[in-house]
Amino acid sequence: MKISLKWLGDYTHLTLPPRELAERLTMAGMEVKGTQITGGSWQNIVIGKIIAIKQHPNADRLKLVTVDLGKRQLTVVCGAPNLKAGDKAPFANVGAQLIDAHTGKTVPLRPTKIRGVASEGVLCSEKELGVSDSHEGIMILSEEAPVGIRLVDYLGDVILDLEVTPNRPDCLSIIGIAREVAALNEQPLHLPKVHYDEPENPIDSFLSVKIDAPVLCPRYCASLITGVKVALSPQWLQQRLSACDMRPINNIVDVTNYVMLEYGQPLHAFDYHKIAARQIIVRRASESEVIATLDGVERALNQDMLVIADKERAIAVAGIMGGLDTEVTPETNTILIESANFNQAAIRQACNRLNLRSEASLRFEKGLSPDLPPEALRRATQLITELTGGDAAKGIIDVYPKRLDRNPILLSTNQMKRLLGMEVKLADVIKTLELLGFECEKTDLASQVSVAVPCWRSDISCSADLVEEVARLIGYDKVPTTMLSAPLPMYESSPKLEFREKIRDILVSCGFQEVLTYSLTNLEMLKKLSPELHSPTPTPLRVANPMTWEQEHLRTTLRANILATLSRNQKYGEASLKIFEIGKVFLPRDKDLPEEKEMLCAVINGAWLELSWRGNRKHADFFNAKGIAESLLKQLRLEASFKMDEDESLHPGKRANIVINGQKVGVIGELHPGVSQSFELSGITCLIEIDIEKLLPLVTKFKKYQPIPRFPSITRDIALVVNEQVTYQQVCGIIQNSPLVSQVTLFDIYSGEQVPLGKKSFAFRLIYQSPSHTLTDEEVNQTQQQILDELHHKLDASLRS
Amino acid sequence: MLKQLGELASKALDELNKVSGLKEIRTWQTRYLGKKSSLTQILRSLATLPAEERREIGARANEIKATFEIELARKKKTLEKAKIATLVKQEALDITLPGYSISPGRLHPTTQTVREICSVFGNMGFQVVEGPDVEWDYYNFEALNIPKSHPARDMFATLWVDFETENGDKPMLLRTHTSPAQIRVMERTPPPIRAVIPGRVYRYEATDATHEWMLYQIEGLAVDKHITMADLKGTLFEFTRRLFGDKRKVRFRCDYFPFVEPGVELAIDCTACDGAGCRLCGNTGWLEILGAGMVHPGVLRRVNIDPKTYTGFAFGMGVERISMLRYGIDDIRLFYSNDLRFLKQF
Repeated sequence: MKISLKWLGDYTHLTLPPRELAERLTMAGMEVKGTQITGGSWQNIVIGKIIAIKQHPNADRLKLVTVDLGKRQLTVVCGAPNLKAGDKAPFANVGAQLIDAHTGKTVPLRPTKIRGVASEGVLCSEKELGVSDSHEGIMILSEEAPVGIRLVDYLGDVILDLEVTPNRPDCLSIIGIAREVAALNEQPLHLPKVHYDEPENPIDSFLSVKIDAPVLCPRYCASLITGVKVALSPQWLQQRLSACDMRPINNIVDVTNYVMLEYGQPLHAFDYHKIAARQIIVRRASESEVIATLDGVERALNQDMLVIADKERAIAVAGIMGGLDTEVTPETNTILIESANFNQAAIRQACNRLNLRSEASLRFEKGLSPDLPPEALRRATQLITELTGGDAAKGIIDVYPKRLDRNPILLSTNQMKRLLGMEVKLADVIKTLELLGFECEKTDLASQVSVAVPCWRSDISCSADLVEEVARLIGYDKVPTTMLSAPLPMYESSPKLEFREKIRDILVSCGFQEVLTYSLTNLEMLKKLSPELHSPTPTPLRVANPMTWEQEHLRTTLRANILATLSRNQKYGEASLKIFEIGKVFLPRDKDLPEEKEMLCAVINGAWLELSWRGNRKHADFFNAKGIAESLLKQLRLEASFKMDEDESLHPGKRANIVINGQKVGVIGELHPGVSQSFELSGITCLIEIDIEKLLPLVTKFKKYQPIPRFPSITRDIALVVNEQVTYQQVCGIIQNSPLVSQVTLFDIYSGEQVPLGKKSFAFRLIYQSPSHTLTDEEVNQTQQQILDELHHKLDASLRS
Repeated sequence: MLKQLGELASKALDELNKVSGLKEIRTWQTRYLGKKSSLTQILRSLATLPAEERREIGARANEIKATFEIELARKKKTLEKAKIATLVKQEALDITLPGYSISPGRLHPTTQTVREICSVFGNMGFQVVEGPDVEWDYYNFEALNIPKSHPARDMFATLWVDFETENGDKPMLLRTHTSPAQIRVMERTPPPIRAVIPGRVYRYEATDATHEWMLYQIEGLAVDKHITMADLKGTLFEFTRRLFGDKRKVRFRCDYFPFVEPGVELAIDCTACDGAGCRLCGNTGWLEILGAGMVHPGVLRRVNIDPKTYTGFAFGMGVERISMLRYGIDDIRLFYSNDLRFLKQF
């Protein structure tokens, strides 16, 4: 809401300079987002009156204009076509700062000679003054503009741009803001004195009003003016509308807008003669009823919308926009002015349905007082009769089927203290509330008052609201600063969060960069996770109103967005990529919110180690991924086994489930080449995915202590030759079966010249240890022989010679 | 023989003096202290000498042997020291070569800021809890005093989930703020309550340098018997002091949020211009950090907490905004576009 301080000054004495006023308003809840000063640079510009216009001796298009500046007269060269003798216009003396109409820059005015005639100043266009973009002619001022005074004293203004919160529709008006300012400054408020002549013809003889939908329209008021002459509004009115960013149209529409800005009550003017059968009916629209609104658009209505109608058709969408048929035109001579109250929810709903908003609907949808319509109506009637020479009909129509009364609210000093943490004296509470227009009445309790809420404050409904009123006027900066003093609530640990953060730290220490990707993705992206471009299962939840097709579905996996992130960074030229995300996936449930599951997804692409002078530039592979999974689990004191399984996104020969206690907790693997291609990835990409929520219950917080072995161990290295198909796990399983083997480590795999074709060699380091005694060589030899026999028997393994 | 011994001693010590390597010293040791050395021979042959001579020569020979051993040890030590000195000199590295990096990763700046903020409140006794990202209209709006058709819904451009009930309502949405989690906490926990709730929130909003449709927020909630706005002020002032330092000015002004009353907005003086007015602060000199207020009695009643017995405060802040101010980041889109050249800086 833009507020002209000049206009504001009509209602209350402004005691503070604009900057301080802006600060006080901001602190009290009306944030001033910007301050715009009109005329701040208008030094050396005064109001002049054109006395004579003569032809320039040396130029056809130029004129010599003699200007009366009060104390002196000057003749200047001027090319504007719109001047005539008697006009008043801004005159810039040499040295004035004017905006160059072509460059837009501000430049000082210098004395010039134009075609041989000296010019000691210029008459200014609106653009040169920064008032508007108009540069077609000189800015013509109103007849009442006083000659010779500084333009800034006549037209200068300060405009505050206020952010009015949705609870304060009363402040979408100059009077509303004036009330706030008056209260903040402890100054009286002066409302306009409304009076106009009402000749004999009673309004009832012109028209009747019927409300068919009283829930949607609690009150409908109207006045009627005959003999109006539709014309442009006077300059002062146009200026005030422009200052508030409203476009002047004609004197009738401008007055309705002016009073809306002044009182906050939207009004509408109908051409009375276009209303059929002299009747206004406020009713719900019929299904498939159509109306052409003032903006020239045909709009289809429905039964939830309220219309203003005559006997035949809808003539306005109530509270939103008037109809084209009954618009005020230059030929109009009798007008009906509507000032009504409409249900806020219905207006809002209709606006959403029609996708149409207006200055009127913006106010109605926030909830206006039903006490406002008659007051604003009389003010508009007064202004229109004054400006157009029309005659008002006697009285106004006021249909108000069910009067709404609000109960007073009890407020005690105790409540103030309880919420604010500071003492406020009852007298101060009363004084503050009364400044804002509340009426306070003493009660039987000395510490309590009964507060009647003024009609315009639709936002106040409980004592906490009143506490805020007092606090914001006294100033929040007066509230003391204390720390919470009550005992701490019992601590309830959230193991999942702690666990998740721990995993984040482990991965970071393993060299992974954390990323956070959007929760929304799209089906195309999810399909790319299948080499056959299968649709994802489960089908993800869809957003009903997506902003773009790219962000249309709630992710059911972290894979898609993280692979896209990987691909993007690869294109930026990163050679060694290790990234992970821990975040929620959203799994649909029937008629319920989706299951939100915390997942971990880590991906690796490129050299495992960064390029360095001693580094190994080997490309990361499956075993790097497996190693990371193992290290992560080890840090969590978990041990997993890995089982080959299906997973469409992964390479059929290089993928495995991570299994703990027989339960699948995640997968590792190399990305399927087809998937890799879909995501435009080059090189091998490996992936680790872990279901954090499945992992959590497997973790034992306190592990039992194991005594340190008391007896020495014996180390033996063996090399076994086995068939190519035999897996590490098969061999290792047999070795570990022996109770004396405390540790097995594979330290080499070899296949080549020294091993027969179709065979490979595993080199193991075995550590033998007994908890009960010192092992002898003989004992170890015997055990090892048993192991070798079993390996030979079960896997056809032999000792490499 | 005495004379012979004297010559031997001076010759040997003279030679020892000249020795310059550990190998030579072993040769010297063999020559003068070894089994076949003259000194050993002499000591061995003492028994054959007459008693008088034996004592004199014996004493002298033993004296020489002791001297030899002391001098030998001394020489050895000197040579060893010299050897180590040479060795360490030879082993000197070009210490300017890069180290064998283990190139650790980093946490996303948002994770870091969330942790930091949660830890500040954690120290004041607030526990971290979380709520769902996909919510019911009831939790996101209704329970927070924002019924359907409430104008405050305009403050929250909403992304709705494509889910319809039998009567055609669309009650499922992506939460527009973390405040619905307040309701969930109060529903399941009787006071006293002190909680901070971090999480993602979503807005139907076009993105640009200052707008992003997915953000992180941190919600705070305290409900107990004697909680006042003064406590809210103290808690938030302490928070800003911890996060932005002692020198920042703090502004505590009236603002409107439907679920608190009185409502508060907290701002700090601009970190770029110290309050003089610049582009960052829109020439106001202030940067808004968070919204807060005393929990609305209607909200408390809805979760069966009696507002006559209990009061509470709540606050909510945008995590990215705080990161941006602290790190001087000028484009919010950097956070979730996940360019590693950006992420690796934190």
